[in-house]
Amino acid sequence: MKLLKYLFVGMVFGIILVKSEAVSWYRIYEMFKFQSFHMYGIIGSAVFLGVIGVALIKKGGLKSIEGKKITLIPKEKGFTRYLVGGSIFGLGWALAGACPGPMYILVGAGVFSMLIVIFGALLGTFVYGMIKDKLPH
Amino acid sequence: MEILLQPWPWYVSGPLITMVMLLLFYFGKTFGMSSNLRTLCSIGGAGKYADFFKFDWRSKRWNLVVVLGAILGGYISVNFLSDGATIALSPDTITDLKGLGFQNAGATILPSEIYDWDAVLTVKGLSILIIAGFLVGFGTRYAGGCTSGHAISGLSNLQKPSLVAVIGFFIGGLIMTHFILPLIFTAS
Repeated sequence: MKLLKYLFVGMVFGIILVKSEAVSWYRIYEMFKFQSFHMYGIIGSAVFLGVIGVALIKKGGLKSIEGKKITLIPKEKGFTRYLVGGSIFGLGWALAGACPGPMYILVGAGVFSMLIVIFGALLGTFVYGMIKDKLPH
Repeated sequence: MEILLQPWPWYVSGPLITMVMLLLFYFGKTFGMSSNLRTLCSIGGAGKYADFFKFDWRSKRWNLVVVLGAILGGYISVNFLSDGATIALSPDTITDLKGLGFQNAGATILPSEIYDWDAVLTVKGLSILIIAGFLVGFGTRYAGGCTSGHAISGLSNLQKPSLVAVIGFFIGGLIMTHFILPLIFTAS
């Protein structure tokens, strides 16, 4: 089954985020209060190693499992959408204490009220899709 | 086994997240959780209302399977890989939260003051969750990514737009935490 490996990766991701406590509302609050290194350590070390990993992939011209060269699509140019969109997301992240990954994970962890947050997120995504062309990007 | 059951330190968790990202790259995919929200809208028929949702969602099926795995991972870690330890928050955080009316900070993953049904099933509680979700859904799509897509993979690929987005994440997060949360929550 080709899709099974994605189930595995997702499962590992879910376990890591729970065990690291990155799914905790409290840890997000603590991060935005600059009262602990914990979240900065997680994101910082992930990015630090990620930069090295991506550089090695590019330098070595590594191939994917399907034998194609691994290429990472660069983000579209722009400023407004990233700053404004990012800030809007930040407001929600600090209020819900969860970004999209943890939202799904927490449902699995038994927090069914998170489904309401996911409903809100789907609504927000839908509204963005509706008014996208009217927004500055 | 005991080490597995305890909370994992940042220097274990961070590198493992990198591994997840690189594994997805190796599979020829990307690491992005919020785009699943768009896919779900598309499956729900949102393409009838906006072109943004008109795409072949089947090509994104793999990412929905990642979500399914993440849900499973959440279940496994809470039920089989947890010793129920209190989250070792900074004492300052616990004090600050007490000031906002949050008792027992860190005893559970999420504050009962926001996520327990008693709190959720009030106009205020329900509004908090829907608005929070709305901001996450709207903001991530506007910015084109969330923590996984911008903060982790975008920065790893040295993308300037991702840096701008992450600065935005913090502008919004700091405003919410320092100015808006104290207006929403007050110790009674």
